[in-house]
Amino acid sequence: MPEAQQPAAVDAGVQPVLRLSGITKRFGALTANDVISLQLQPGEILALLGENGAGKTTLMSILFGHYVADEGGIEAFGAPLPAGSPKAAISAGIGMVHQHFTLGENLSVLDNIVLGTEALWSLGQNSGAAKRKIETLAERFGLDIEAQRLVRDLSVGERQRVEILKALYRGARILILDEPTAVLTPQEVESFFATLKAMVADGLSIIFISHKLNEVMAIADRVAVLRQGSLVADFPIAEASRESLAEAMVGRAVALPERNALAPGATVLAMRNLSLRNGDGQTLLKNVTLTLRAREVLGIAGVSGNGQGALADLLSGLVTPDEGDLEVLGEAVTRVSPAAMLARGIGRVPEDRHATGVIGDFAVEENLVLEVYGDSRFSRLGFLKGTAIRRNAETLIEDFDIRGADPQTTTRSLSGGNMQKVILARVLTEKPKVILANQPTRGLDVGAAATMQRLLFEACAGGAGVILISEDLEELLQMSDRVAVLYQGQLSQAMPVEDADLRTLGLMMAGHSPAEAIDAP
Amino acid sequence: MRLEPRSHVPLWLNLAAPLSAVALAFVLCALLIVWAGAPVFAAYGALLNGAFGSVFAISETLTRAAPLIFTGLAAAVAFRAKLWNIGGEGQLYAGALAATYFGTGLIELPPFLMIPFLFLVGAIAGGLLLLLPVILKLKLRVDEVVTTLLLNFVVLLFANYLLFGPWKDPLAMGWPQAAPIIDEGVLSPLIARTRLHSGLIWAVFFAVCAWAFIRYSKWGFEIRAVGNNPTAADFAGIPLGATVLRTAMMSGGLAGMAGVCELAGLKGYLTLDLSPGFGYTGIAVAMLAGLHPLGVIASAIFIAAIYNGADAMSRAMSISNYLADVMTATALLLVLASVLFVRFRPRLR
Amino acid sequence: MDLLDIFVSLGFWAALVRMATPLVFGTLGELICERAGVLNLGIEGIMTMGAMVAWMWVYQGGDLWTAVLVAAIFGALFGLLHSGFSVYLGVSQHVTGIGITLLASALSYFAFRMLLPDVTTPPKIDPFKPYPIPGLSELPFLGEVLFTQSPLTYLAFLLVPVVGYGLYRTPLGLALRMVGENPMAVEAQGIDVHRLRTAAVMLGSAFMAVGGAFLTISVFDAFYIGMINGRGWICIALVIFASWRPGKALLGALLFAAFEALQIRVQQSASAFIPYQFFLMMPYVLSILAMIVMSRRAAYPKALLVPFRKGER
Repeated sequence: MPEAQQPAAVDAGVQPVLRLSGITKRFGALTANDVISLQLQPGEILALLGENGAGKTTLMSILFGHYVADEGGIEAFGAPLPAGSPKAAISAGIGMVHQHFTLGENLSVLDNIVLGTEALWSLGQNSGAAKRKIETLAERFGLDIEAQRLVRDLSVGERQRVEILKALYRGARILILDEPTAVLTPQEVESFFATLKAMVADGLSIIFISHKLNEVMAIADRVAVLRQGSLVADFPIAEASRESLAEAMVGRAVALPERNALAPGATVLAMRNLSLRNGDGQTLLKNVTLTLRAREVLGIAGVSGNGQGALADLLSGLVTPDEGDLEVLGEAVTRVSPAAMLARGIGRVPEDRHATGVIGDFAVEENLVLEVYGDSRFSRLGFLKGTAIRRNAETLIEDFDIRGADPQTTTRSLSGGNMQKVILARVLTEKPKVILANQPTRGLDVGAAATMQRLLFEACAGGAGVILISEDLEELLQMSDRVAVLYQGQLSQAMPVEDADLRTLGLMMAGHSPAEAIDAP
Repeated sequence: MRLEPRSHVPLWLNLAAPLSAVALAFVLCALLIVWAGAPVFAAYGALLNGAFGSVFAISETLTRAAPLIFTGLAAAVAFRAKLWNIGGEGQLYAGALAATYFGTGLIELPPFLMIPFLFLVGAIAGGLLLLLPVILKLKLRVDEVVTTLLLNFVVLLFANYLLFGPWKDPLAMGWPQAAPIIDEGVLSPLIARTRLHSGLIWAVFFAVCAWAFIRYSKWGFEIRAVGNNPTAADFAGIPLGATVLRTAMMSGGLAGMAGVCELAGLKGYLTLDLSPGFGYTGIAVAMLAGLHPLGVIASAIFIAAIYNGADAMSRAMSISNYLADVMTATALLLVLASVLFVRFRPRLR
Repeated sequence: MDLLDIFVSLGFWAALVRMATPLVFGTLGELICERAGVLNLGIEGIMTMGAMVAWMWVYQGGDLWTAVLVAAIFGALFGLLHSGFSVYLGVSQHVTGIGITLLASALSYFAFRMLLPDVTTPPKIDPFKPYPIPGLSELPFLGEVLFTQSPLTYLAFLLVPVVGYGLYRTPLGLALRMVGENPMAVEAQGIDVHRLRTAAVMLGSAFMAVGGAFLTISVFDAFYIGMINGRGWICIALVIFASWRPGKALLGALLFAAFEALQIRVQQSASAFIPYQFFLMMPYVLSILAMIVMSRRAAYPKALLVPFRKGER
C-alpha cells in the first residue's frame, strides 16, 4: 500500500490518477454522454454534479466497464483501461459503490465482501485472513461492521459500509460513489463525510456523484457539472458558489410552481393511533396519528425504510392496520382493500411506477381505466365498453399532455415522466378527496417534476388533501403546508412548514423529538 | 445486442414470427430424417399426405385437433394469468371420469341436454382438480408447477384403480374399460364413415367464447392484468385471489372438457389410453398460438396434422413416429424465442 | 409381513439406499440449478435422456463408466440448450423447462426406436454389479446396507459433501450462491452472470442425466418408454423440502426412498384391503405434502425465475 499522501495538491506537475478523454455514448437517438473529458487528481474528491438524466451514471458505468463507450478512451494510473470489463476496472484499482446496493441478502457480510476476490477455481477459501483484513480496513476508516452478520439484518447505512468495504478490500485507490447520501440521515452524512476525509488522507481519490449542492460544497475539492450529456463546467470548489452550480446544472431558470396559500377546508382524512406489524411481528407503524384537511399538502419526511412504505400501503388499502382508527371524509374505514380505498375517494400515486403504477404490456387506454374499468361508464353486464375506453384515453392524453402516446401505445415504451402522467391522469380525473403521492417526482427530470408538482397543486386547489411522501427535503419544504417526520414507524406531530428547516427535520429524521431538534445547539 | 420494447406490434410480425419458427423446426427435424436414412422431401411429402391428403386424412387430423383445442385453450387461459397449469393431462382424465360417472346411466336426459350436461360435469371436475394446487399457491405459496404435474400421476393411478376395480365393465371381456356412455350422450358424427364428431364444433365454439371473454370481458381484463403485473393489478383494486381462482376453474374446466370430448366423441367408453398426452401437448399448442384463443384453433390443427402425418410417415418409411413429438417440442422452443423478438426490437449496440 | 419384520430386514434398508440414488443425483442437480437462479423443469426429460444414452452406449458395446460420462455429457448439452433460452434470451424458465422435457424425452424415444427398429421386447445389458467395499462390507448390517451397493450409489452419496463443500467453501460456490440471490452483485465483480448460470445449469443437468443412467445401467438392465415416471418432478419437490441445502436433500431423498421401499413391501401383504394403485400414488402425494409442510419456511433464492439482462438496472 502506498504511503499516505497530502491531499489535493492540484498542480500541473502531478500525474492524474484517472483520465477520461472524449467519451461519447449514444442510446438510440439519445446521446447520454457527448465527448466528455475529465481528470481525477490523486487525493482529490471530485464531485460530479447533474440533474437526473444528465448522464452521470452512464459515464460512471462506462468507467466501470458496464457499458462500452461509442468513442473515447480511459486511462487509469497512466495505463489505458480496456473497455467493457468491470474486472479490468477493479484490477486497475477502481471501486464503485452503486446507488442501488448490489448485495446478496441471504449471505453474510464476509461472503459479500470476498465474492470475486479469490481465484474462481481455487479449491478453498481463507476466511480467517479475509476476516482480519476486513476488520483492519473497517477500523482504519471508521466503517464499523460485524463480518458474520447476514446482510438482510443490516440497516441501510450499514449496507453502504459493506459496499465501501467491498471496494477497499479489493485495493481500490479510486472510489466512485453514486448518490451515496440519498439513503442517509443528515447526521449519518456527517460521519460518512468523515470516512471520506480519512480515505483521501490515506491517498485515495474519490468521485462523488450527487445532485445536492450543499453536500458538494461541503465535501468536494473540485466539481464537474454534466447537463444533458455534456460537460458544462469543471472548476475547483473554491471558485464555485451554490448559485453558479445551480445555473450550470439546470442551464435555465426553472419556473417552480407558484402556489398561493389556500384556506384549508374540512378534515378529509384522520388516523388515530394506527399500528401495523408485518408477518414476522415486527412493528412497521406505531401509534400513528394524523389529520389531513381539504386544500392542504401534508409532507411526510423520513429516511427511507422508516415506515413510509407501510404508511403508503395502508392508505393504498394493501394492508390492514392491527390497531387504531382510520376515517375518510368522517366515516370510519373498517374493511380495507385497494378497491375500498378507491371507492372512498382516495387517489394513490405509487412509489414505483413500473412495478406498481402501470401494467407495462397494457395499452395506455387500458392503464387509464385500470382502477375504474368496472364502473358503469366503462363496462356493462361484465363486458367492457371499447369506445368509451378509447374516448376516455383520447381526452386524458390531450388534457395531461401525455407525449409519444396514442390510446393503443404499449405503456412500457413511454418515458418515465409520461408514464407518471398516465398514473396522475388516472388518479386526478376521478376527482379524489385524498391524494397519496409517494415519491411522485423521483427519477424525473426538472421539467417533468415541475409538471407533477403543478398537477398536484391544481388538484389541491380543487379541494383535495394531499399526503406527499418524499425523501427529497427541499421538495417537501417547497410543496408542503405542514410537515411531519417518520422515524422507526412513529410519526411526529405535523408542524407548519414555516417552523421547519433542513436542520430541524434532519435531527428529527435521526430520531430526536421535535423539542430537542429545535433546542439543539 | 440489446432489446428495446416495441411501442406497437404490427400484425404481420405476430404471424410471421411463429411461422418462421415452425419453418425452422421443420428444417432442424430434417436432420433427424437424414439420420434415419430416409429422403427428406419424400418423408415430408408422406407426412403432408397423411395429414391432409384425403378426406379421410383431413377428418382424422381434425378429430385429433378437437381435444388439442380444448387443452390448448386450457393452457392459454392459465398462462395468460401466469398460472402455470401443467396438469392438463390429469384434468382431462378428471373430466372423463366425471362424465363416465354421470353419463353411463346415472342420469338420463334428451341429447340436446345430455351433451351440454356432460361437458358441464367434466368441466367442473377438471376445474376442481386445479383448484387444489391453486389454493395451495394462494394460501401457502406452494409452486403450482410441481403440484399440478404430480397430480397428473395421481389422477391416472386413480383412473387405473377404477378401471381395474369397481368401474370395470363386466361386458368388456377382461379389458380395463368402463361401461359405455349412454346413446343420448354420444357426440354425433360429422362425416359419414369417418371418426370426425361434433366435438370439433364444440371446441371451436369454446375457442371463440374464450377469445371474446379474454378480449372484451371485465374478468378477461382482470386475467390479463394479473398475468402481466400482479403487483400493479392488486394496487389498482383488482381482486387477485378471485381472479386466479376464476382462471383456474376456466383452465381446468377446458381441460376437463377435452376428456369429455374424447370420451363421448371417439370411443364411447373410458380406457387408460384415452389421451396420448393431450394435456402436455396442449402447452405446445398454446405457446405456438401465442396464447391467443383463436390462434389455438390453427395451432391445434397444425400439431394434430404433425402427429397424424408422422403416423402415416412411419408406416410408409422406417421413421419412428416419435418424430412428431420432437417436431412439436422443437417448434415450441423456437416459438418461445421468436416471441421475444415480437415484444422487443433487437438493436446492435 | 408386518411392519416390524420389514424394518429388521436387510433387504428393505439396502433397497432404500438403492432407491434413493437417482433421487440424490436429481435433487443435487436441480439444487445446483436453482441456487444459481434457474428453475430447471427439463429434469424429467434430461433424466430420460441420460437413461437412454447410457443404456444405448453399453448396448452398443461401450463400457459402463464411459456410459456414465456419456450420459453426463448429454445432460450438460441439454442444460446448455436450457440456458440458451432461459439465461441468454431470458424467456420464461417454466415454459423453457417444459419444452426441454418434451424435446429430450421425444429425442430419447425417437433415437431408441431408430437404433433398435425391429425389437419388441426391450433387450438387456450387463449392468453395474454391487461392489462390496473391502473391509467395510463385512460389518454386520451396515456392511450389506451401505457398503454392498452399486458404484454409482457410492458416487451419489459422495457427491453430497462434495457439492456442500463446493457451494459453501469455495469461491466458485460463493459466486454461484450469489448469482441466485443478486446477479448484479456478481456482475459488479466482473464475473459473467450468464456464463456462471449456464455452467451451473450444465453441471446440474449432468447430475440429473447420471441419475437417469443409474436406472438403466445399475438398477434395471433395460430402457423402456416412460421409465422415469415422474421421478424428476419429485426431485423438484425434494429441493424445496431440503430448503436448497445438499445435506437436507440427501435426508429428503432417503426419507422418500424409505416410503417407496416400504410401500412395495406393504403392498404385497395389504393388497387385500387397499388397492395397489393407492400405494403407487404415495410418492406423488408425499411430494405434495412435503411441499405443503415446507411452504412456510421456504426461503427461495431471491433471483430464482428472474432473468438477468446486461445493462438493465
